[in-house]
Amino acid sequence: MSTHTLSVLVENKPGVLARVAALFSRRGFNIDSLAVGETEHPGVSRITIVVDVEAGSLEQVTKQLNKLIHVLKIVELEPDASVQRELLLVKVRADAASRGQVISAAELFKARSVDVTPDTVTFEVTGNSDKIDSFLEVLEPFGIKELVQSGTVALGRGAKSMASLSRYISPS
Amino acid sequence: MSTPVKAPKPGPRPAGAAAPRPKAPKPGPPHSVTATAPVLTGAQAVVKSLEQLEVDTVFGIPGGTILPAYDPLMDSAQVRHILVRHEQGAGHAAEGYAAATGKVGVCMATSGPGATNLVTPMADAHMDSIPMVAITGQVVSSSIGTDAFQEADICGITMPITKHSYLVRDASEIPRILAEAFHVASTGRPGPVLVDIPKDILNTEAPFVWPPRMELPGYRPTTQPHGKQIREAANLIAESKRPVLYVGGGVVKAGADAELLELAELTGAPVVTTLMARGAFPDSHAQHLGMPGMHGTVPAVHSLQKADLIVALGARFDDRVTGKLSSFAPGAKIVHVDIDPAEIGKNREADVPIVGDCKSAIAGLTEAYVDPGKERLKAWWETLDDLRARYPLGYEDQSVQAMTAPQYVIERLGALADPDTIWTTGVGQHQMWASQFISYEIPGTFINSGGLGTMGFAVPAAMGAKMGHPDRMVWAIDGDGCFQMTNQELATCAVEGIPIKVAVINNGNLGMVRQWQTLFYDKRYSNTGLSTHHSEDSPRVPDFVKLAEALGCVGLRCDSPGEVDDVIRRANEIDDRPVVVDFTVGPDAMVWPMVPAGVSNDEILYARDVRPAFDEEEL
Repeated sequence: MSTHTLSVLVENKPGVLARVAALFSRRGFNIDSLAVGETEHPGVSRITIVVDVEAGSLEQVTKQLNKLIHVLKIVELEPDASVQRELLLVKVRADAASRGQVISAAELFKARSVDVTPDTVTFEVTGNSDKIDSFLEVLEPFGIKELVQSGTVALGRGAKSMASLSRYISPS
Repeated sequence: MSTPVKAPKPGPRPAGAAAPRPKAPKPGPPHSVTATAPVLTGAQAVVKSLEQLEVDTVFGIPGGTILPAYDPLMDSAQVRHILVRHEQGAGHAAEGYAAATGKVGVCMATSGPGATNLVTPMADAHMDSIPMVAITGQVVSSSIGTDAFQEADICGITMPITKHSYLVRDASEIPRILAEAFHVASTGRPGPVLVDIPKDILNTEAPFVWPPRMELPGYRPTTQPHGKQIREAANLIAESKRPVLYVGGGVVKAGADAELLELAELTGAPVVTTLMARGAFPDSHAQHLGMPGMHGTVPAVHSLQKADLIVALGARFDDRVTGKLSSFAPGAKIVHVDIDPAEIGKNREADVPIVGDCKSAIAGLTEAYVDPGKERLKAWWETLDDLRARYPLGYEDQSVQAMTAPQYVIERLGALADPDTIWTTGVGQHQMWASQFISYEIPGTFINSGGLGTMGFAVPAAMGAKMGHPDRMVWAIDGDGCFQMTNQELATCAVEGIPIKVAVINNGNLGMVRQWQTLFYDKRYSNTGLSTHHSEDSPRVPDFVKLAEALGCVGLRCDSPGEVDDVIRRANEIDDRPVVVDFTVGPDAMVWPMVPAGVSNDEILYARDVRPAFDEEEL
């Protein structure tokens, strides 16, 4: 088993996410992370899926995904050849005594404070999953009240884009 | 939008459709045409679209939400609607029609239970790659998701068993969606497509534009195989000493039987045809070893096990063919031709993968093949011919049995029928015997439920096949278990004038399950007796002859081997009504050969406790 990041371009149609997710669940694969959003082309969305499977199973799922009518293109993004980011919002206990320490820890991770109360600070930070994990480890002793994490979004490095989408775009 | 506007290209049609398929509409006219287009209700647009798509037959049942569509349907001179008695019958009839004609089968049902009754046929069509479009009514748009009366999320329910599905949201989309549904269902690897239409949409007016502009940017099936791979495969065939052509349903769907015959004769390789491919290669041909798999012939099963090269043509290495996968054909290289890339490497790694339509791929192989002479196959054929001679298909001699042997009935049915007769079956022992003891010479003459194994398939599928080919004889070979699942469609056949013939191979039991109980459960016959035989303490329940008569059919009975031919002849002569023949047969007959589930194909049993003697030294 190993972690793979798939970037899937789909037509933005009702039910498309359910169809994609169903192909994974049917085979008993757990999706580690999922992010969906519109692209530069109206009507086309990009789904970034991180999944932990064997290479052979991944190939079968990819082929099955390709069979979905609304799926336009799939690529696997290798960690070395892509930029992968997650977004974290985390609410940390920080009273007058600890606030200074908490904020200086956050600065090391280039986290921004987005909400402050007498007892807590909420930070926003982006990065790959290793960075996010380290940040959380550092905050842990202060007391994490709650947190939310986005799915990974990823783009291939270099000048090329994933696909010349013009061949897929329907006239609108 | 700054991207250049380009008409989406619908995927190319398979080069060799077995029969005419609906024309893919050309890219539609500019939108200004809508100004002059006739304004139709959604319901009228459904019927008009079906007419434009050259549909002549629809199987279905009306109900609350689909009702609006049935009104204009009444006026269509082109589309004949067959009112079935259960939606499952509509679905299997559409499958039978599609399998017999190569055209898209169409069924229609209302929302909720009407739609859920189509689930089994859709799953069946999905497994056996049958082009089918199911049109269902849905509750009004504003009620969707409220658990309204007769509401079911049929798109959600059928998501894993359809090739694609649509929930229509706007009446103006109906022509485009139906055109796309037919295109998707019939091209690439065929399959079922669901079109779910809320009732309010059926009643809404919109301009009807035909041909519509299809929007399928993500659908581009590969039909033209890669030339380099074809040459590589052809070389492998020329080098091999023990090749086998492993032929699946894809060859029938692609209409590639002529190409297959040419390739087989050119290479001299043995041919095996799977359950889905019976008829793709003539049974009478000297190179045909029969069906492989769990109940395949000894030479067919053994040929795959000992092959040095398997050329899989439109086949998918199903578990019923491979047996225990890890021990299947251990010494064979694999050339795998399939139109669906996801099939290649799914179960067995391919040495030469070829994605494409079987017709062009097989023709390409023939063209690229340079024959090194047949001498290299001599030893291979000697081995296989020896197995053929020693282990032919057979059954216990009828003359030593008191009760009629089921295999004898099926053999005689085959012998006495017209050569172009279409056969359908249910699932179980009778299905296997129908595959084994009828000689199929023409593709599309054996229609059965292979992948899903749907009991009750035979009668409605025969009805659909007969609608597709009214001039041909259509026999449903059914078991007494299967027959009781869907025989209500005989009422449809009687009322609509669809004179199919049904042979109930009545052994009084769920025969295949009973066979497994005999072999693997110490003859403990748990819940397999059906009481359809006459005995001292009970009458036949039901009496199939009386049942047939009650359903408007001719009912005939055959209780002894001596009557078999006579009864079949009488049934064959009746052409104005459906006929049901209750063949009372012995309960203990078993399907042989057999590879028990989950074991290696090397463990094939020719008969109970009889393992063929393979001369391993020869190979």
